[in-house]
Amino acid sequence: MPSLLIALIPVFPLLGFLILGLGFNYIPKKFTSVIGPGTVLLSLTGSLIVFFHLLTGGGSDTPNRIVTNLFNWISFNGFSVSFSFLIDPLSALMLLIITGVGFLIHIYSVGYMKDDPGYNRFFAFMNLFIFFMLLLVMGAGYLILFIGWEGVGLCSYLLIGFWFKNQEFNNAAKKAFIMNRIGDLGFLLGIFLLFTTFGSLNYLDIFTRAQDMHPGTGVITAITLLLFAGAVGKSAQIPLYTWLPDAMAGPIPVSALIHAATMVTAGVYMVARSNILFVLAPATLIVIAVTGLATALFAASIAIFQNDIKKILAYSTISQLGYMFLGLGMGSFTGAIFHLTTHAFFKALLFLAAGSVIHAIGGEQDIRKMGGLGNSLQKTRWVFLMGTIAIAGIPPFSGFFSKDEIFSSVFVHSVPFWIIAVIGAMMTAFYMFRLYFLTFSGKFRGTMEQKQHLYESPFIMIIPMVILAILSIVGGVINVPGFTGGSAWLQSFLAPVFAGSILSLKAPVYALDHYTEWLLAGVTIVYVGIMILVAWSRFLKKKPEILEDLVQNFFLPGLISHKYYIDEFYDTLFVRPIVSLSKGFHEIIEKKIIDKLVDGIGTLVIRVGNTIRYLQSGHVGFYVFMMVAGIIAILLFNLVI
Amino acid sequence: MTSITQSIQFIPIGYYLFFCTMLFCIGVTGVLIKRNALLILMSVELMINSINLLLAAFSTYLNDPAGQIFVFFIMVVAAAEVAIGLAIIVVIYRTTHSIDIDILNKLKW
Repeated sequence: MPSLLIALIPVFPLLGFLILGLGFNYIPKKFTSVIGPGTVLLSLTGSLIVFFHLLTGGGSDTPNRIVTNLFNWISFNGFSVSFSFLIDPLSALMLLIITGVGFLIHIYSVGYMKDDPGYNRFFAFMNLFIFFMLLLVMGAGYLILFIGWEGVGLCSYLLIGFWFKNQEFNNAAKKAFIMNRIGDLGFLLGIFLLFTTFGSLNYLDIFTRAQDMHPGTGVITAITLLLFAGAVGKSAQIPLYTWLPDAMAGPIPVSALIHAATMVTAGVYMVARSNILFVLAPATLIVIAVTGLATALFAASIAIFQNDIKKILAYSTISQLGYMFLGLGMGSFTGAIFHLTTHAFFKALLFLAAGSVIHAIGGEQDIRKMGGLGNSLQKTRWVFLMGTIAIAGIPPFSGFFSKDEIFSSVFVHSVPFWIIAVIGAMMTAFYMFRLYFLTFSGKFRGTMEQKQHLYESPFIMIIPMVILAILSIVGGVINVPGFTGGSAWLQSFLAPVFAGSILSLKAPVYALDHYTEWLLAGVTIVYVGIMILVAWSRFLKKKPEILEDLVQNFFLPGLISHKYYIDEFYDTLFVRPIVSLSKGFHEIIEKKIIDKLVDGIGTLVIRVGNTIRYLQSGHVGFYVFMMVAGIIAILLFNLVI
Repeated sequence: MTSITQSIQFIPIGYYLFFCTMLFCIGVTGVLIKRNALLILMSVELMINSINLLLAAFSTYLNDPAGQIFVFFIMVVAAAEVAIGLAIIVVIYRTTHSIDIDILNKLKW
């Protein structure tokens, strides 16, 4: 496997960014439509080649991974980091997800952003994002991961605030970046601790040394907690999740790519990559599981009462990420990565389909003003239905298999957790089908003008959605669990990555017998089916009640529909004190001290100048006199000193 | 010729030094006080000549002819400088019909 090919995979999007970013005023849209998705297609080809190379066993002595050393980046006095890429099954899978789903979304954006004046800028930023995300998953150590980590945060900021003329969008972008940064502080401290403990930031070095450590030491717990803090910020878990719903201010392809399929999954990837470290700190695993479960339930409850398509999908993303972290906390790393993959498929699909709806209805995002769109938007309606069924977890769609894997491992560890997780799954089914029915079924609740302008999206937007729908339906085939007679291919594919940690886990992950697994799957399906029926009966009537009656009459729905007032809480606790501190600094220190100082220097110069100018009297005799006086002064000066 | 220098050296060097210093100071005073441009030039010549005398005295007392050679150089330069100075004064007189330096004060702020 030539290392050039591996090194080229992130280079293509970087070139795309440079070309489009430097020439965005000059490049015609037709070229951008080729360059933008084209670079991602090239990276996708490279990823496919690498993936198949790994599948067929490679050719070197370490068939499960390839390390490519690009150049020696930092080296001084005991700290040396080389810029190298590590390709193993986990990163190969992530590469496929990023470039595959990314490519489909780029194709979709060609149609969606067609009339936008910032077309070139959009593709430049999207390519930059793909570049940083590729760096994140391909890095052979925590430093390269962190470069990608920060880079995707930056691109998230750039893309959320893409329509920068709107101040609200800019605020949302700032919020996303700042909350990310709070998590990054923890992440950075974790990296520092890693270095002082292991002496290196390379994955292979750290993980081989960690194999010999005892579980439960304070240092490892601290490291893993700090790394998880970074993941909390990046993957929108409690308490750093409020940026994600606001991030829906960006265009739909941005929400699909960054806030559904790739960037928010970086935290999950990082924990899965560091599985050995996390397994050595059982306390952190409990924290992760509890946080994940709490987030899953919390976000699902908020999603039930939201009325904006994108916000429902945003809270759904937070909730599904909570499930991924729950899986990680229970030791089911494969389950979490599997759910990451299937979630990328159906969530991207849902966002793209929502974009298709918003595109058709002329910018309206409130589902209370939609309804009955299924008749005019047949294709969109079908792909959206596929995505909804997948996320609800109905077999044989992909969502069922990935959720079932996580739920099995949860059941092994603790039945109460499993019960809560199933409640969350029921809520997921409920709000997703509420969304589907209110948007596509029943009577149209918008204006006549909107109804006349309804039109299906162009092919260039439909085809990526169809491909993603197919993937959502059949994607489960990559890891059909053993109890149904499947081969669990993904589990064996990713086994080398998680091999070191499976041995150290206290409770074995796959210890259920087939009877129990069938029972668990059956129970989940039954309860989910019940919720779908409830949603159907409530929202598919002639005059569906959109939960407004609950919101107005009862306390709890009212609280939830205001998102538990968490945003207001953060505002009072953090934002206002800092803003008033800034105002204080501005009024007192800036205006009264620094400005006076700088202006004072200017005034001083003017005054001195006004005094000294009288030396230039123009009188020749005076000049001669000053000359003589000066010479005498110099002579005396030389005598004295 | 040593008898001439020996006879000159009967006068202590201090007298020559004092005399030239006085001449120089008188020249400087003249430059500072006089309002007539020609008189200022004459005072400058006085200063130059005092230096010439001092150089010649020192070269005699130290038996080094270099001092007197230097006096030649100074005389040449002084002559050139006087020529130019007088030319400038002529031009000033043609434009302002006066050689009083008090009225030449246009180089002010």
